Parts: sequence; structure tokens; C-alpha cells
Amino acid sequence: MLRVLTPLFALALGAMLVPAAGLAQGGPLRIEIDEGVIEPLPFAVPDFVAENAAAAEFARNIARVVAADLAGTGLFREIPAEAHLARVTNFASPVQYSDWKAINAQALITGAVSVDGNGRLNVKFRLFDIYSEAPLGDGLQFGGSAANWRRVAHKVADQVYSRITGEGGYFDSRVVFVAETGPKNARQKRLAIMDYDGANVQYLTDAASIVLAPRFSPTGDRVLYTSYESGFPRIYVLDLATGGRRGLDDQPGSMTFAPRFAPDGRRVVFSLAQGGNTDLYELDLSNGRRTRLTSAPSIETAPSYSPDGRQIVFESDRSGVPQIYVMAASGGEARRISFGQGRYGTPVWSPRGDYIAFTKQHQGRFHIGVMRTDGSEERLLTASFLDEGPSWAPNGRVIMFTRESAGAEGAPALFSVDITGRNLRRVPVQGSASDPSWSPLLP
Amino acid sequence: MTPISKTLMVVAALAVAGCSNPDRFGSGSGAGMGAGGSGFGMDGVASDPRSVAYFNQTVGDRVLFAVDQSTLSDTARATLDGQARWLMDNPEYSATIEGHADEQGTREYNLALGARRANAAQEYLISRGVSPARLRTVSYGKERPIEICSNEACYSQNRRAVTVIAAGAGV
Repeated sequence: MLRVLTPLFALALGAMLVPAAGLAQGGPLRIEIDEGVIEPLPFAVPDFVAENAAAAEFARNIARVVAADLAGTGLFREIPAEAHLARVTNFASPVQYSDWKAINAQALITGAVSVDGNGRLNVKFRLFDIYSEAPLGDGLQFGGSAANWRRVAHKVADQVYSRITGEGGYFDSRVVFVAETGPKNARQKRLAIMDYDGANVQYLTDAASIVLAPRFSPTGDRVLYTSYESGFPRIYVLDLATGGRRGLDDQPGSMTFAPRFAPDGRRVVFSLAQGGNTDLYELDLSNGRRTRLTSAPSIETAPSYSPDGRQIVFESDRSGVPQIYVMAASGGEARRISFGQGRYGTPVWSPRGDYIAFTKQHQGRFHIGVMRTDGSEERLLTASFLDEGPSWAPNGRVIMFTRESAGAEGAPALFSVDITGRNLRRVPVQGSASDPSWSPLLP
Repeated sequence: MTPISKTLMVVAALAVAGCSNPDRFGSGSGAGMGAGGSGFGMDGVASDPRSVAYFNQTVGDRVLFAVDQSTLSDTARATLDGQARWLMDNPEYSATIEGHADEQGTREYNLALGARRANAAQEYLISRGVSPARLRTVSYGKERPIEICSNEACYSQNRRAVTVIAAGAGV
């Protein structure tokens, strides 16, 4: 059974707290992500206060997930509980700022958890700017089923991240990917879905057919992917709530792959290979109408829409080697935007619209990189034997991708990296994994 | 039953129906079952020129390509000439041509490149007189390497188009 995507409720703890108007903004507790953080901001997250016995375990675990989310960004550093001078035993008690200043904490997150008779979780939290001796923003409370406790923790961490960085959060999100087992020449592949941090893995298909490159819909309710279950690569759409799925294109004699949703969720752009030639097509999901977008003897593949849905960035070898091009979403003339040395592929438009992430292959190495949408300011973020397939975090600040090791024992794993090139880390997934696609922020 | 487990059952059922061909990635072993084969030995013995084993081992079931290329070398054309003759001498068979790429490339590009390679072999067979109705193509991109090291010795074997023979005159 898939975990439900019901919205968690959130409301400000207006009456519970001293109003923080005026103090909530403009304080010194601020990280400018674009500048590239060298010294992570020290924070403390004591175990949340358990307001009844049933909440005890959640109170500790939620604080741990909040801490892991923040520290995992590389922008924050946790001051461990052993170093704390003060204990938070009552959510409503005033904070002794000096106790936290003494251990050099700049941010303090406190919280309280209760579980009602129906198994519903209620989580309150507050964020404090220790040096300003003031709350940063209002307290908030989140509710949800106890089974969704990790999501509640991610919601808290997203709030903290947003308030301190001024950017949207990305912790309450999921990743759909391909779980891989078996030897390199007989790899078995299954679609799988997990929380962004590798928790709660669930499988969406069995290993009977090769599946490739799943892609989330803009609202996170559906997944496009390519499967060989017919014996040929074809694109499918899977509804995550019902588990229902259907093939989107079954023209005999053709193969379809590399699908991606338009921002409106109603259209799909994909590659279709026929007679050895691969071009881009658009499919209208409401009426099944197929429109050809490119018509060239070269390979056109890996299309991705701009966030406004008006343009498509894609990969083509019309110049002789694969390069990145941008065209109108209706097709027509394309403009090449990659001009560096090497081969460029799998361009993906950032959800913020400011960058295009890509795979670059040069002198036997692979890189994940970003460039402006006109191709300027190219920046390579990674280098390895084989990095490919970038996917953007919902806030457009982090990229997840596939890194495959070399040799007969080579296997793929998921990695993430900041768009500054910092904080490269392996996403903790059991076993081999490839082709991540990041969901939007959950409701 | 939850909706997701229903899906898995459908997938599993399809898998059983379509899984009679475990050796279709061209390992070259004469012991492998042919497409649609019902058991061991279906390919026959390689000494019988009408056998699939003969096609795989003596005629040669595969042609290799240079990096990023889908043009046929002289060696490849000679192999395909032999394949065309065999197919015309054995009209009770059809063939699926699988295009493959090495791991040096993105997944998407390699799928397209594999399609090009399979098509190049198919077009050549048609030009030598094989009926298009007996041929079809599929690309596996870099999903099914035959050699698994990460250097040119393996890559050169993985950049291939493999003609997989199946019983049945038409596709």
C-alpha cells in the first residue's frame, strides 16, 4: 500500500506564543545559499517534548529527522545533545538564550509532540535566533497520522530551512527511481519510490521487465516511465494513488522513451524511434493526440519543458555530437546553447527556471553541470567515471543523479550535490539505484 | 487487495507470458534457447546449416560498430550477407535485430543509438532481399552489455546489432 499523500495540516501557534512581529525578519540568522556556505551554521535540536506517553518515541525520532535534514544540506551543523547545557522539558517555558549561546548554537529548534486516541500526531515547533534572543517566525503546529511522522518532521525542517535561507524547502518530498539487482549483463530493474532521504522504499513494479527513467508529474500524483514489458521500449504512466497504469503509445514498429510531463500535467513530451531515427513528439493525455515536434535525421531525445511550459530543452546530435538545444514547446527552429568541449546530454530545466542541469562527457569522464538557460555560466558540479541523469530538488537548489562505478562489479548509486558544487553525498538507499526523479514538495 | 498489488500481479502475469527467451541478448552460446523455443536444444546442432545454432555460430549473429557510429564496416556487411542468405534459405524463420551501445553515453542517447544500429543492419538485410515482413528491430541502449569490463576491449563487443532468429515466417 502506498503511503497516502494527504496534506498535513499546519497552523500558526498564534495564541500560544509571544507574537514575534518585527523580530521575525531581518535578523542576523541567515544563510545566503548562492554564496556557497563554507562554515555551516551551528544549530541545536533537543528531543521534542512528549506531551503524553504515546508521544515519547515520536518526540525523539522527529527531532532526529529534523536534525538529519538540516545537517544533510551541508549548510547547517548540529551541536549534539551531549554538549547541551539546558534541557527543554516544557515547550511553553521561556528559552534561556545564554545556555545556547554558551555552546555557540546560532539556531535552536524546540518542539512538542502529542498523540491523540485516534493515533493522530500533533507536533508544535518554534525556531529561535540565539544571538538576536528572539523567535524567528511564528511557532507552527502540524498534524498528521502517526504513520506519517517522518513527513511531519520534514515539514518542520522545511520551515526552518526556509526561514533561515529564504529559499523554498525540499525535505517533504519523494524520489522515484530504478532499483537494480543482479550482474551487469543481466541487471534486473524495478521502479521504486522513497522519501527524499532514502527512507520508506516501496517497489512499484516487479523485475520481470527492464524499466527506465521514471519521471514525476508536476503534482506528484503520477509517474511516467519506459518499460520493455511488450518486448520493446514503450512509455507508460502510473497513477500512484490507484496503482493503475497504461501504455501511452503502442504504434507497431516504433519505440518510445524519455518521457517527461509538461508543467500543466496534461501533455507529455517524449522520444519516438522509427526506422532508426529518433525525434521528439508531444502527446496530449486528454485526447491521445500525438504531435511531431522535430523532424530531422539526427537523434533528438531527453526533452524537458521550461517551468512556464513554453519551451523545451533537449539533446540532439545534429551537429555531429550530442549538444543541448532549446526550441518552442510547439516545435520549430531550435537554438543550440551548449558550446563547451565534449558531449552534452539529458538537459533538465530547473523548477525555478534559472538553470538547466545536464550531463557532460569529456575526455572519458562524466560530469553533472548547470548552465544558464542561454548556455552561459556553465559550471561542472561533479566528475566521475559515469555521472548522469540530473533531477532537481523542488527548490532548484540541489540535484540528485546517478553515479555508476566502473568495471565488472560496477553498480549505480544515487548521489546529490548543491548547485554550488558543494555537499556531494550518496543518498542512503539499500542496494543499487539509478535514474532518480524528484517529486515536487508534497502538499 | 490493494491497488498496487493488483498492478504487480498484472506485471507478473505479463512476465510469465513473455519470458520464454532467456538467452536473447546474444551470449553466443549454442546451448541457449531460440526465441519462442520450448526447451533446450531447440537451436539444433551447429553442424546442421539449417539450424539456428549454425546461424548464431557459423554465419554469425552479430555485427560490431565503431564508437558512436551506426555505419556498417566491410566485415559487418560480409556477416550480414551471410545472414541474408541464411534467412532466404530458411523462410520459416523471422528475426529481431537488437541494437546495443556501450556504457559510454547517457541512457537516452544510447537507446536512440541502438535504434540506429539495429536499423542499419535491418536495412542492409532488406537490401539483400530479405522481406521486411520477417524483420523487426529493438534497441536496448546500454541496458544489456555482453561484456562487463569498463574498457575498449569490452566496449567494442557491446556496440553491436544482434540478429535473433525466431520460429515463424512473419513478425
